[in-house]
Amino acid sequence: MTDHNPEIERPEERVPKRVIGTPPAATERAVLGEDKPAAPAVVAGVKPQDPRTVRKGERLAALCFTITFLAGIGFIASYVIFQVGDLDGTAASNLALGGTLTLALLGLALGMVVWARMVLPKYSVVQERHVMASDREVRSDVAEKFAQGVEESGFVKRKLLRRTLLAAVAPLGLAPVVLLRDLGPLPETKLRHTVWGEKTKDGKPLRLVVEGTGQPIRAADFNTPGGLLSVVPEGYEHDLTVLAKATVILVNLRPEEIKSGTNKNWTYNGIVAYSKICTHVGCPAALYEQNTHNILCPCHQSTFDATDGAKVIFGPAARPLPQLPIDVDAEGYLIATGDFPVPVGPSFWERGDAEAEYRQKGGQV
Amino acid sequence: MSTETGNRPETAEIPKAVSGPSSYLDERIGAGNFIRRNMRKVFPDHWSFLLGEIALYSFIILLLTGTFLTLWFKPSMGHVIYDGPYAPLRGVMMSEAYASSLHISFEVRGGLLIRQIHHWAALLFVAGMMAHMLRVFFTGAYRKPRELNWIIGVLLLTLALAEGLTGYSLPDDLLSGAGLRITQGVAISLPLVGTYVSFFLFGGEYPGEDVISRFYTLHVLLIPGILVALVTAHMVLMWVQKHSQQPGKGRTNMNVVGGPFFPSFALKAGSYFLFTFAILAGLGTFAQINPIWLFGPYTPADISAGSQPDFYMGFLEGSLRIMPAWEINVLGYTLPMSVIIPALLPLGLVMTGLALYPFIEQWVTGDRSEHHVVDRPRNNPHRTSIGMSAITFYGLLWLLGANDELAANFHISLFAITRFGQIAIIVGPILAYIITYRMCLGLQRKDAEVIGHGVESGVIKRLPHGEFIEVHVPPAEDIEAHMRGKTPIPALPDGSDEKGIPPKGMRGPLGRLRGRMSRTYGGEKIPMDQPHGDDHGAHEEIGEHEEHAAVGATGEGRSLDR
Ligand code: FES
Repeated sequence: MTDHNPEIERPEERVPKRVIGTPPAATERAVLGEDKPAAPAVVAGVKPQDPRTVRKGERLAALCFTITFLAGIGFIASYVIFQVGDLDGTAASNLALGGTLTLALLGLALGMVVWARMVLPKYSVVQERHVMASDREVRSDVAEKFAQGVEESGFVKRKLLRRTLLAAVAPLGLAPVVLLRDLGPLPETKLRHTVWGEKTKDGKPLRLVVEGTGQPIRAADFNTPGGLLSVVPEGYEHDLTVLAKATVILVNLRPEEIKSGTNKNWTYNGIVAYSKICTHVGCPAALYEQNTHNILCPCHQSTFDATDGAKVIFGPAARPLPQLPIDVDAEGYLIATGDFPVPVGPSFWERGDAEAEYRQKGGQV
Repeated sequence: MSTETGNRPETAEIPKAVSGPSSYLDERIGAGNFIRRNMRKVFPDHWSFLLGEIALYSFIILLLTGTFLTLWFKPSMGHVIYDGPYAPLRGVMMSEAYASSLHISFEVRGGLLIRQIHHWAALLFVAGMMAHMLRVFFTGAYRKPRELNWIIGVLLLTLALAEGLTGYSLPDDLLSGAGLRITQGVAISLPLVGTYVSFFLFGGEYPGEDVISRFYTLHVLLIPGILVALVTAHMVLMWVQKHSQQPGKGRTNMNVVGGPFFPSFALKAGSYFLFTFAILAGLGTFAQINPIWLFGPYTPADISAGSQPDFYMGFLEGSLRIMPAWEINVLGYTLPMSVIIPALLPLGLVMTGLALYPFIEQWVTGDRSEHHVVDRPRNNPHRTSIGMSAITFYGLLWLLGANDELAANFHISLFAITRFGQIAIIVGPILAYIITYRMCLGLQRKDAEVIGHGVESGVIKRLPHGEFIEVHVPPAEDIEAHMRGKTPIPALPDGSDEKGIPPKGMRGPLGRLRGRMSRTYGGEKIPMDQPHGDDHGAHEEIGEHEEHAAVGATGEGRSLDR
């Protein structure tokens, strides 16, 4: 602490009249002093309020505090009276509790402000500052003592001691980092696959089921062009980690609308399946414009053309939504005939240009 | 408190109830010296000094309300079937975190109120910090000796964002999940380490079963712990260095003018805390925020349209939205630039810029002196312009984070708004810089005019030869003192010798740049005290053409004018 002067009020005359940086004129103070003698009450920096103001302030503050007292009682009463459990009850309780609490706090705050403004004197107290740095003497004393301590400790002179100590703490310092290794498994190739590549227990391909209801979809029932369904893999309806990659958007197009970007072999009667996970940062691309066949991601408005391999036509996403190969099984239900050809969802460092690789292998994406 | 000699009551007026315990304490910890030095510590008064207090009090309220919420919240992603009182969700499978958030909202008396106060307080906390930081920036209150406190402030702001992000995710509703998904999408896009960061954060693939409990620990223990420590350090430094003050009558770099801590400041601070609390309680009562029951439980397969993050994350949302698609694939590796750039660049630019500014300014001006009287923003035009262009940058991004809402509400095409945003984000800050710079100089000129010529009195006087003039009177004393607080911005001494060769450190390209920046940034652009009266030339120079007649008429001036 650098304040050496506990009692800080000082006569106004001793206050420099000009702010640092403007030229200090020796005569200035005197001239000013003649011009405008300071009001006598300000001299100590503490100017008492007019007694009438003080009395008024006291009454006002007391009124505020009384309001707080009543509101506080109201708060406790509301807690007992209003029961929660249904929407209306909760709303009423919230209103009663919150209203009384607000009023109580407001009353207290106002009362204190009135107190500070009308009862307390007006202050213009001057306290001196000192440079933050300690005196040179102190500094050299510290330096000396530190040097002495270092000398006595032998840290500089005893090399063996110092080096083994440093060597000793290095691995120990790494220990906490090592301990964090089990925070999660390594990524490996997990991001390259989804469950669509798997089979059911009896070796059949996975059916597409409606998200939420879990109903399998008969291709014949999903026949209105312009229709849209959010679809998940059968058996994984509640596995969020699976859904985060495997959720699919199913659109029904007229076969002649489908352009070359879409792999027609992977469609069934104009039904096309794309990953619902946006290739930007992974929000579900959940919006669909029927007349333009645009799939839109609400997060940052990346827009994909459903008729043309879900290629990006607007927004920050850089890649099309991967297409899922589909077909129908013997009973006419939609199934996935394999996994997505490329990783779904947001891009990552190890992903590489998976589309190009797949094309090189002769596939169409 | 009479603590000086401890064992006997010295002053009659101190009631026993106070003097007893204080003597007891003083005899054991010797607090008397500290209290003697600090009880009447002077705190200057200015409305802008209250902004930081808003943040501080919001933080206290966050700690209080947050603790209350932890008593019922279950940070678990285990599945439960909801059978609580909220009918629309009955029978729905959801995480325990979401179910317990519903429980707090509907089945705990005052639970909804406290939850809403907590959320509002979080918004006010960040908003208060931002406003406080702008005040400190624009008035140059970060200058020596307060650079360290400024750095602490930048850390606090960064941590507050992290605290907000983790807290936002905890209820595990559909809206908070969208935020989490974007966070993960950004994390995984990082070059080299992205997938590892994501897998380690989520305990495997997104969303996994761990993230809520991990975020919970971060949100209620780790980050608040660091925040408390840093806030304490922030306060201690402020206390030790004494508060900076606005320029004004009798205020210098060597003093501080205001009211004493006890009773004046303590009372005001207390009431201010209560005001903040009252406003937050009022908001929590009357302004619904984050009605999680409407969103439903989180699933990565769904999203509600028009979902918006809390305001302090809006600028990141905006930058993600206006970034054009761009991805680089080399040697089998991928750099998703349309994620990396918008997620890291604005945040990095703003935070690093803030953290480094005091040091860059010191380097440019060569100013190593202590400053306790703050600048009026107009008096350091380049700083103010830089600040305004940063605000424009941030504000535009923030606005564009709601481009879909803008498009819907004003019937403009989304494409047009996004294109506009892409251009405005570059042009806007430059324009803001130029406009602000001009405004600062204009305001300085006005000040110089007021000092030189006085203010219009509204009295019209007829001169003997028939001309009418308005009589100017000197400005009020406190206003004049406030204006005269202006000091020239320090600049590096030119230091060239007769042959024009600059000093050693300033010869290289960096040195020359520094010299040039210093000349531009520093110095006095509009001097305050122009010799006036007959010297019209000087007036023309600073672009004053008006009211010269008035000068002649009321040229008596004031003793403060040289
Ligand atoms: S996540 Fe779909 S646009 Fe960003």
